[in-house]
Amino acid sequence: MSAHDELHAHGGDHGHDEEDFGIHATFGGYMTGFVLAVVLTVIPFWLVMDHVIAKSSTAAVIILTLAAVQIVVHMIYFLHMNAKSEGGWNMLALVFTIVLVVITLSGSIWIMYHLNSNMMPSMMDPSNLP
Amino acid sequence: MLAQTDLAKLIFGRLTLDSLPLHVPIVLGTFVVVAIGAIALLGAITYYKLWGYLWHEWFTSIDHKKIGIMYMILGFVMLLRGFSDAIMMRAQQAISFGDSHGYLPPEHYDQIFTAHGVIMIFFVAMPMVTGLMNFVMPLQIGARDVAFPFLNNFSFWMTVAGAMLVMCSLFIGEFARTGWLAYPPLSDIASSPDAGVDYYIWALQIAGVGTLLSGINLLVTIVKMRAPGMTMMKMPVFTWTALCTNVLIVAAFPVLTAVLALLALDRYAGTNFFTTELGGNAMMYVNLIWIWGHPEVYILILPAFGIFSEVTATFSRKPLFGYASMVYATVVITVLSYLVWLHHFFTMGSGASVNSFFGITTMIISIPTGAKIFNWLFTMYRGRVEFELPMMWTVAFMVTFVIGGMTGVLLAVPPADFSLHNSLFLIAHFHNVIIGGVLFGLFAGITYWFPKAFGFRLDPFWGKCSFWLWVVGFYFAFMPLYVLGLMGITRRLSHFDDPSLQIWFEIAAFGAFLIALGIGCNIIQFIVSFKNRERLRDTTGDPWGGRTLEWSTSSPPPKYNFAFTPLVHDHDAWWMMKKHHYQRPLSGFVPIHMPLNTGAGMIMAGLSFVFGFAMIWYMWLLAAVSFIALLAVAIGHTFNYHRDYYLSSDEVTRTEASRTELLASHV
Repeated sequence: MSAHDELHAHGGDHGHDEEDFGIHATFGGYMTGFVLAVVLTVIPFWLVMDHVIAKSSTAAVIILTLAAVQIVVHMIYFLHMNAKSEGGWNMLALVFTIVLVVITLSGSIWIMYHLNSNMMPSMMDPSNLP
Repeated sequence: MLAQTDLAKLIFGRLTLDSLPLHVPIVLGTFVVVAIGAIALLGAITYYKLWGYLWHEWFTSIDHKKIGIMYMILGFVMLLRGFSDAIMMRAQQAISFGDSHGYLPPEHYDQIFTAHGVIMIFFVAMPMVTGLMNFVMPLQIGARDVAFPFLNNFSFWMTVAGAMLVMCSLFIGEFARTGWLAYPPLSDIASSPDAGVDYYIWALQIAGVGTLLSGINLLVTIVKMRAPGMTMMKMPVFTWTALCTNVLIVAAFPVLTAVLALLALDRYAGTNFFTTELGGNAMMYVNLIWIWGHPEVYILILPAFGIFSEVTATFSRKPLFGYASMVYATVVITVLSYLVWLHHFFTMGSGASVNSFFGITTMIISIPTGAKIFNWLFTMYRGRVEFELPMMWTVAFMVTFVIGGMTGVLLAVPPADFSLHNSLFLIAHFHNVIIGGVLFGLFAGITYWFPKAFGFRLDPFWGKCSFWLWVVGFYFAFMPLYVLGLMGITRRLSHFDDPSLQIWFEIAAFGAFLIALGIGCNIIQFIVSFKNRERLRDTTGDPWGGRTLEWSTSSPPPKYNFAFTPLVHDHDAWWMMKKHHYQRPLSGFVPIHMPLNTGAGMIMAGLSFVFGFAMIWYMWLLAAVSFIALLAVAIGHTFNYHRDYYLSSDEVTRTEASRTELLASHV
């Protein structure tokens, strides 16, 4: 074991790793996250089951927003991510991921909805479709 | 009788004797040659009793250096296959004019160009790039291995399993006839009912698992395992490019996995993601696969840029010009590579605003790339340039890649692309950047790091023969395609009517023949170097006067890489250590914690291969059994607690002492 510790000291920047682990993993943290996750799941369920909002597009937007909040709750309470964890790498990776997801989704939607712009007008009219 | 057919169907799925190409003489001949070669190889291994050695020292090894070398061997073997496809196409196109229809029937020709593209990208370029990163990067950052050594071995064997599936398609059934990206509707079950596209899907999915896992592995290694003192801006440039490439792999390959899974669902489960019915849209496939496909291009080229940076600095005897700008250019390319994918399908039908946005982003990406070229030129400027073989490849790259880059900017102009898309101009362009960039980079890297890997240099004479044949052959093979493309000749044609075009195809075929000689010289180079290894021996560990940490170890490095983790104070760490008369520590060694070899990776990849093969041929029983076995082995492996050991300090002392002796005897 002592040999192992010695190696650890030689093994580069393992030293500060231990500080990153275990700080946020408290029972209270998990319970807060769990309650929030349940609440954020029950609300959309209720919205759908009881048809609370008449306009379905508004309901969809609300449900998607709650889903996004849900993602944040999971990241903070279950994955223990914050701006400083892992020396800031987590935050950097998160920002990069969000940028790529936004590019991919918005780009795809833009491209796919733009496909018809070079069609001849006669083909754009649904009544002319075969 | 009926029961028997059912049983046969249960076991063999749709695989019947008719699936074997017994009626195609070319394939049958190839099979006989390959079979004889394989029997000879296996016989030789058995005769020299090498199975145990291979199993214990290589196949089950989780040493990043050996896995890197195995990746390179896989890439080189597949290069031979991919190149034979290329020269078959060149020969066909050179003779198939007017009444002559050449020697390849269209359905065979279509398989060949598909296999050529798939093999060259996925099973030549990717393994070689991953192999070099695997071998070099941990040494450059002063690490003893990658972050997850077992995962590394597993990734390698998954890549091999994918390559084996593609090779199987040559003799059992057929490969896809869809082009290397298998666009629907052609790749739908209605248009391609045979097993070809399924071979494509499962080969790429299985190899993709390996690529993704190795991407995560190398990324974590760079982030977590750098030697103390090596901050991000002190990392060698090759490590920087490896970091960006692995970020791209981790971000892009899931898209490929998803899009191929959707295509598989269309083919297997009758869904309609990419059909024209029920709201499906084949254009979505094109869109999604290029969201992966464009970053893939940079996954290949960025490590090559890193290799050129190391080589240029080493052989110009100067620090790299503009280190920080090189790093920023790499990072900018990494992000921008996600903003240009539509330039692969300008003609799909989007309007002017979409096309001009992606045209402009494409042109912007040439700015950081151009900055890199100037950095290399300024590194050479007033340097003491030594034209060793790696440096020759680098100069050839700079000339060739600039031409390829400029034709790329031409293609980035949407109106020009409308007349050039899918023409031979495009073919010439991307071969210009992939051969001139990636392949020349890999050759530079192989020549540069070969002494580090094996302890002896490559023979320069045969290397130079190979170099000149490759470079001249490249220009002969692809410059005519630019001309033909400008005349409007499209790609993937197996027959032409206009006899006035024939001369251009003959010149291109001559170029391919020169490249074949180049590959031949390359093989001779390996053999000659191995025979003369005593004369070419590198005893110093630093044969080129290198600048980065890998050259501070012996050649080949001990399996623990560094007896003590080096301390880094500046970039070009080894150069600084040499300047300050660094003394190797000769005593005080401590035991080193090492991972144990395991066969689990190879077994799991083997089971994945069986599963993929079963899915391709609809052998549902075998698929279920192999999948359950795969899960069982994977779970079983997690209970294997016997995975590490300590290399005793005596053995470290012995290894280091023998190096001290070697260094002293060759002052």
